[in-house]
Amino acid sequence: MTKTMTVQVKQCQLRSKPTFLGKVVKKLDYGERVEIEKEENSWVNVSPGGKNAGWVHISALSEKEIILNPNSQDIKEAASNDEIALAGKGFNKQVEKKFRQDNKSIDFSWVDKMEKIVVSQNEIQNFISQGGIKAKGGA
Amino acid sequence: MLNKYTRRDFLNYAGKISLAGTGAYALTSLVNGCVSADVASTLSQVAQHSDSIIKSGTAVMKAMEDFTPEQEYYIGRTVGAVVVNKYKPYNDNSANQYINVVGQTLAQASSLPETFNGYHMLILDSPEINAFATPAGHIFVTRGMLGCCRNEGELAAVLAHEVGHVENRHGIDAIEKSRVTDAVTIIGLEATKTFADSDIADLTAIFEDSINDITTTMINNGYSRSFEREADKSAVTIMERVGYNPASLIAMLEVMDSRLKPEGVDFAKTHPSPQSRIEDLSKMVSGNKKPSFTSVQEKRFQAAMKNV
Repeated sequence: MTKTMTVQVKQCQLRSKPTFLGKVVKKLDYGERVEIEKEENSWVNVSPGGKNAGWVHISALSEKEIILNPNSQDIKEAASNDEIALAGKGFNKQVEKKFRQDNKSIDFSWVDKMEKIVVSQNEIQNFISQGGIKAKGGA
Repeated sequence: MLNKYTRRDFLNYAGKISLAGTGAYALTSLVNGCVSADVASTLSQVAQHSDSIIKSGTAVMKAMEDFTPEQEYYIGRTVGAVVVNKYKPYNDNSANQYINVVGQTLAQASSLPETFNGYHMLILDSPEINAFATPAGHIFVTRGMLGCCRNEGELAAVLAHEVGHVENRHGIDAIEKSRVTDAVTIIGLEATKTFADSDIADLTAIFEDSINDITTTMINNGYSRSFEREADKSAVTIMERVGYNPASLIAMLEVMDSRLKPEGVDFAKTHPSPQSRIEDLSKMVSGNKKPSFTSVQEKRFQAAMKNV
């Protein structure tokens, strides 16, 4: 029985091997549905679109179907179906906006700046190998 | 105002029903064959280090039922904004870049490598010895804390401990349970994706209270010794996976112990004493107790930290 799961983070990594040391072969986006071929520890093997087989960490996936831009039918269905979730519900951009209107002294600019510091998989690999770190893998 | 209180009272009541519902669902899942197999396999994967299946079962169900990673991201951003407004950022690109390379490498090796928008680190311009992590993976380290790190391994120890707080969802745990059920209830009541103004106001009030719960715990009260032990345990695993000797965590705590003022307002107040953590850690760390570093590691650490 194949199980289908949904990417629940903005973007996640599809890796060649079931470890954080595995090369990133593709990135999957929020809401993308993947069929689980097999599991190994905290990693699941998927092949989105029937190609690019690779491994995704389970923390990136939800059992629910996540709908990014729901139409009225989706909304109706989500109200009664626990297996469907709508993206952007609950604490979201609108809530942050209202919070910022109510708390003008709290400046978000450094949070925005730090979120722009993204270390690529290549940089991580170089950092480990150039530093002579003997990574054990796992996770 | 009256309307709002009436609505919140209703929400409290509805929240209790919703909580009971969640409990029933968890119970059903655990006894139901098919779902139970899925839950059990997820549990053993996600929470390898937990003390018991039942405990991790509760944590995973909670995480699944309460807030999505997307919602945790918005909580995390705001907690981060509060922290960085209180402590002020340290604007040194090369130091911040370096702690992000170390920190994001460690985060990838954690049991929660994928948060909604990833892990990001920032140095705070404060002599206080402290560090903070938001539920979404924003990690802050003060210059005072970096002063306790004599090498890359000790810096990795500090960052891995903070990743451990994220991995174990300690921030989310600080939110009062009634708020969680209130929020889940409003979200559940609304079928539409875009909320009406009154719902946004109610949700924002709960949001603000939740942020307060987290920042009060993090900044003023500190986590319990058992949470610190859990974060240290995660740190040991993460460091081993990446290839850092976890004995560096003990070494860093010894430096911290010598620098903390017992009556201080920082780590001394919000954390269990370094000595008690060293005691707990010495049971978890086996093998070589003397970490060593390559010249490349020494050089890049010194270069990045020279002004800090």
